Amino acid sequence: MQQEILDILQKNSRISDEELAVMLGTDAATVRAAIKEMEDKGIITGYKTLIDWEKAQEEVVVAYIEVRVTPQRGQGFDKVAERIYQYPQVTACCLMSGGFDLFVVVEGKTMKEVALFVAEKLATIDSVLSTSTHFVLKKYKENGVIFNRPRKDEREAVVL
Amino acid sequence: MTIKDMIKPNILATPPSGIRKYFDLINEMKDAISLGIGEPDFETPWTIREEGIYSLEKGKTFYSSNAGFIELRQEIARFMARKYNLEYDPSTEILVTVGGSEAIDITLRTFAGPGDEVIVPEPSFVAYKGCTMFCGATPVPLELKAEYEFRIQPEQILSCITEKTRAIILAYPNNPTGAIMEYEDYAKIVEVLRDKDIIVISDELYSELNYKGKHVSIAQFPEMKEKTIVINGFSKAFAMTGWRIGFACGHADAMEQMKKIHQYAIMCSPTTAQFAAIEALRNGEPEVRKMVDEYNRRRRVMVDGFNRIGLKCFEPYGAFYCFPDIRSTGLSSDEFCERLLMEEKVLTVPGNAFGACGEGFVRATYATSLENIREALTRIARFVERVRA
Repeated sequence: MQQEILDILQKNSRISDEELAVMLGTDAATVRAAIKEMEDKGIITGYKTLIDWEKAQEEVVVAYIEVRVTPQRGQGFDKVAERIYQYPQVTACCLMSGGFDLFVVVEGKTMKEVALFVAEKLATIDSVLSTSTHFVLKKYKENGVIFNRPRKDEREAVVL
Repeated sequence: MTIKDMIKPNILATPPSGIRKYFDLINEMKDAISLGIGEPDFETPWTIREEGIYSLEKGKTFYSSNAGFIELRQEIARFMARKYNLEYDPSTEILVTVGGSEAIDITLRTFAGPGDEVIVPEPSFVAYKGCTMFCGATPVPLELKAEYEFRIQPEQILSCITEKTRAIILAYPNNPTGAIMEYEDYAKIVEVLRDKDIIVISDELYSELNYKGKHVSIAQFPEMKEKTIVINGFSKAFAMTGWRIGFACGHADAMEQMKKIHQYAIMCSPTTAQFAAIEALRNGEPEVRKMVDEYNRRRRVMVDGFNRIGLKCFEPYGAFYCFPDIRSTGLSSDEFCERLLMEEKVLTVPGNAFGACGEGFVRATYATSLENIREALTRIARFVERVRA
């Protein structure tokens, strides 16, 4: 049941315990307990909303940044990653395999703001060797959700 | 003589599908919610669509062999073995058809004709009766009962059998009731059918949409396999209704004759759909699982909703339909559906569209979004309250 609850919540975290219980064929108390347990265990780490900020007429600039760093003795990449991900402008940060080390997502109000953040804050960190900034021009799909694709029911009202 | 006078009486005598009645009405309505559509609301999974597109890009636009591409028949054989423990020889015992519908038609045409009787359990998919009548044969309705959760009972079969009986249609998981048959249910009717020269036409289109356990086919009973034609397809499980592709499996001698009708009537199934179907069987399973999980959740919401409203609904373990009992409203199925559509803009299908014994019930499909289901249930609750007041 844990897996099914997660499946549903991942798509709709606003669903009520009662609705969840009906969908899973159980009662609300059981659902509540299962969710509480997953929250306590840190399996569920939070609830958020997917927003197409462009439609909300809010200018948001997103940049994906490849960062090459020198790992530090005894602490590997974790220490430098920590220095980076503490910034509120950084919305995601991952250690990567391949041609660079850290993949950092930065959000800001303007391109200039993001570029300055990279130049002044990221690039100047001691162990950072280089950065390569890619600005997002258009989001097609995020977190499994396709943007700008209103799903219209095109089925004939009644067939057989 | 008018052209109508020149039409065969058995064609004229066959009524059009009762489901179509509200078609024009709902098309003109704004904010109407249809719980009437008997097809998945999901698009065909992309991996399947892409194979179809890819085949077109490569210019694979020619006829296939009459029975269907051998690669597809091999995949179907593997699917039937893997899923239902049924072994069929891809070269002689499987025929790819234009949807399950064609398979129903050519099976009936192969086994039934004027003077013959075909047992058609009701309520059921409207095509069985129609196709039987087109063959000149007589459909003998077998009234399924809500008290048995619409599962067919051996004594019901016995009471329908005459010396003219050529075939019986079994359709589980069932449209419109959502009923399923489990192993023990089949075991009981096999006792009745095993020594009879009656062909079983087992329409298992909804086999993958079973929310209780593993789908059971009557062909799994060794004594029944030879005289059972199993019909299945891609429309429901893989959300491929518009591709028009299905298949029939059975004894080679039957398939050989059915293939002749198929050959003369339509040559072969759409080539593009066949390529897509190969991909569906090879890699479509994970997407099917997702869709089935989603249907299952909606199913519980809908059954719960109808029971809360006080429209008694037995738990349907298959397909994507609920079949609530609306007799407590004092309305007939037709009145209920018509008023619900006009007053609350929710389309359901009257149970009697699927046979006279469906009176007192309506069919509602949960092959639509949860939001639609919730909104429809709110409207139905309002409607029922008003009717009862």
